[in-house]
Amino acid sequence: MNGNIKIWWKSGTQWVWLSAGAISISMIMVFGLLLLIASRGLGYFWPGDIIQIDYKNDRDDSVIQLIGEVYDTELVPALRLRNAGYNISTNAEYITRHLLKVGNRDITGADFRTVIEPNIIKRQYPSEIMAVERREWGNFYGYLREVKEAGKIISEGESAKGELDKRIERALDLFARIRKIEKDDIGAINYKLERLRLKQRGLELNNELNANSKMSIENDRKELEAQFQKLQQQLAGFYQQIKRDSFTARVAGGQIVEIPLAKVVRVFRPNSMSILEKSRHYLAKSWEFVSDEPREANTEGGIFPAIFGTVMMVLIMSVLVTPFGVIAAVYLREYAKQGPLTRIIRIAVNNLAGVPSIVYGVFGLGFFVYFLGGNIDRLFFPESSPAPTFGTPGILWSSLTLAILTLPVVIVATEEGLARIPKSIREGSLALGATKAETLWRIVIPMASPALMTGMILAVARAAGEVAPLMLVGVVKLAPSMPLDGNFPFLHLDRKFMHLGFHIYDVGFQSPNVEAARPLVYATAVLLVGVIVILNLAAIAIRNHLREKYRTMEV
Amino acid sequence: MNDQARVTDMPNRISHRIDMNSVGRSQKRLNLAAEKTSIEVKGLNLYYGEKQALNNINMVIPSNRVTAFIGPSGCGKSTLLRCFNRMNDLVDGCTISGEVLIDEKNIYDKRINVAELRRNVGMVFQKPNPFPKTIYENVAYGLRLQGINDRRKLDEAVEKALKGAALWDEVKDRLHENGMGISGGQQQRLVIARAIAVEPEILLLDEPASALDPISTLKLEELIYELKSTYTIVIVTHNMQQAARVSDYTAFMYIGEMVEYSDTNTLFTNPTTKKTEDYITGRYG
Repeated sequence: MNGNIKIWWKSGTQWVWLSAGAISISMIMVFGLLLLIASRGLGYFWPGDIIQIDYKNDRDDSVIQLIGEVYDTELVPALRLRNAGYNISTNAEYITRHLLKVGNRDITGADFRTVIEPNIIKRQYPSEIMAVERREWGNFYGYLREVKEAGKIISEGESAKGELDKRIERALDLFARIRKIEKDDIGAINYKLERLRLKQRGLELNNELNANSKMSIENDRKELEAQFQKLQQQLAGFYQQIKRDSFTARVAGGQIVEIPLAKVVRVFRPNSMSILEKSRHYLAKSWEFVSDEPREANTEGGIFPAIFGTVMMVLIMSVLVTPFGVIAAVYLREYAKQGPLTRIIRIAVNNLAGVPSIVYGVFGLGFFVYFLGGNIDRLFFPESSPAPTFGTPGILWSSLTLAILTLPVVIVATEEGLARIPKSIREGSLALGATKAETLWRIVIPMASPALMTGMILAVARAAGEVAPLMLVGVVKLAPSMPLDGNFPFLHLDRKFMHLGFHIYDVGFQSPNVEAARPLVYATAVLLVGVIVILNLAAIAIRNHLREKYRTMEV
Repeated sequence: MNDQARVTDMPNRISHRIDMNSVGRSQKRLNLAAEKTSIEVKGLNLYYGEKQALNNINMVIPSNRVTAFIGPSGCGKSTLLRCFNRMNDLVDGCTISGEVLIDEKNIYDKRINVAELRRNVGMVFQKPNPFPKTIYENVAYGLRLQGINDRRKLDEAVEKALKGAALWDEVKDRLHENGMGISGGQQQRLVIARAIAVEPEILLLDEPASALDPISTLKLEELIYELKSTYTIVIVTHNMQQAARVSDYTAFMYIGEMVEYSDTNTLFTNPTTKKTEDYITGRYG
């Protein structure tokens, strides 16, 4: 028996179990994390049933009606509730408490309300309850009464539903047009006007402003202003049209509320929706989430600008860090005389990877934004001063800061790759009359490119998840315009941008309506993970392609 | 160098006179009078740091012949070979004194362009080392380095080189496949094709068959025999039978010294020194 254990021990099986256990635990943790954020985040867009309850008020015995979605349910000790002044009739030790999203913030003042199970007198799921997603004040829950056109009642009761859907379609269409004019057309005119102003100021500063150029600038400006006037009129017309319709609805307390259709995003009746309709609603909401702009202090609508900003920042970072890292690694490995100095440099580079990222943020703010950016403004953009162009946080500085942050990873990975290229291959090239530089360019660096891509993958993963330094050098809560748009020169590296990581922080902790935004935090986290995974998969695909291409003998 | 003497002594065949003073005792029986000189080594010493790896080497390598270096491991034969295209420059702490003359120019002269020298003195290594490129691009590499990018010229040169290396028939249908994908023997011939594509005068082979199977070795030896009409070939080998089969002249080296250098037949049938005899009869090494 003893001998058997000894043999088993010597066989090393226990180490296999130990390492297998370690890997299982890591996998469980990773998948558990993903599962948690996915389940919390992805469920948010599913239209939950709306409940209507008759509720005995907590502090007196009056009965009120509440309408809303059950958001959360938990068990709370009865004692605690009693101490808090609740009026509880049962003797149970624990009491179920629901968090009800009652919406109608404009009427009731709060989006949420807690109710305790024993005080619920009656619960119903009436199929005609309507949920309205609005551009302001969050969701609205109530019963549709009548649809109005210019204050006159058009339809009532059963027929109002169809009428409302039709008119909402019209309002949405108008809204899309208004937004296009406001954002694209007027935005472009404003941009051009600003450029004209800068041009004039620039000429003024250089003392080149003469009657001729002044005239031409003035003409351009007049033309733009005429265009603007025209758009303004068009806009006024649309506004007039969109204001035409409204509907009235009865809310939980019996009060009648009138809501203009201009403020409505969509109307749905979850209690009467089939699974298929709910799925369609879910997909539409999810699509809106990834493709639309945020509303209501980021707590509603989509997060497209944040996705776009994150991806773009990572791409610019990659473009910046690659040449830096490769050149540094090539010098360190191929040209520098190996000795104490290179060893010190290597240690320093490795230590750079351990510097807290916020320190890079402070450095970026001090060096890039204030020093570099300030000087660039002084030299190249005197016409726009005192308003800074590059002397203020922006996407270029963010990308540069993160490029420095990820530089060690790229250097180390590239160096490893260079070290792995067999000497015989280099000698083969040199023996054919290639110089060292030719050998590097034609043979060694292409062969080391898969390792370089490994470095890039690590760099991208790190950069996409980094938030702290970005808060100092370019990320904002809400960017009015994206760093890439239709206005010449299309790529605006000086602009501030939105970022998924910061968005999570902002929505989760800085928003006026934290409870409502919580699922959004998870949904955004899912998206951030997704974006990083996609970026990584792209890099891995490139690396595998390169590996296949430069497959060499097994060394 | 006495030009007068050269003209009177060897009217037609040799490009310059072989200075018998520079040829050591080890080579007394060597008669190179009838040969053209390709490489001349004069008083070559080589140190790796403190350690002396080559000790006063003097020799003349004839043109369009196969000269083999044999000797036990670590005797310096590869080191000597790598002196001829200055591959030792890449080794840290390697210092060299003496002269190596190719076309009457000392290749260790400061004015020598090393890349140009290496174009002229091709080298094939112990392990096949094709680049991770297509077969075509492997052969075209040296030409592209020289700035030749004309498709037609490259096609011609690649075909010629692959035919010269007796590889054309085997790979002509897959020129654009990866050079790593062919067998070891084919890879070694590919590397030879790559070396001869740039049309060097001298070809250095550093144990070219040591990683190959017997059939590939045989093919390679046949190839060497064919190549010597065009190139001066210097081959380092561990395999004495191989040296006997392919070479015209053989040098036996031992611990950094040139022990004996003569025509292959003489060296193998009638060695002058005890050491050589011991080695070729397999008593050590």
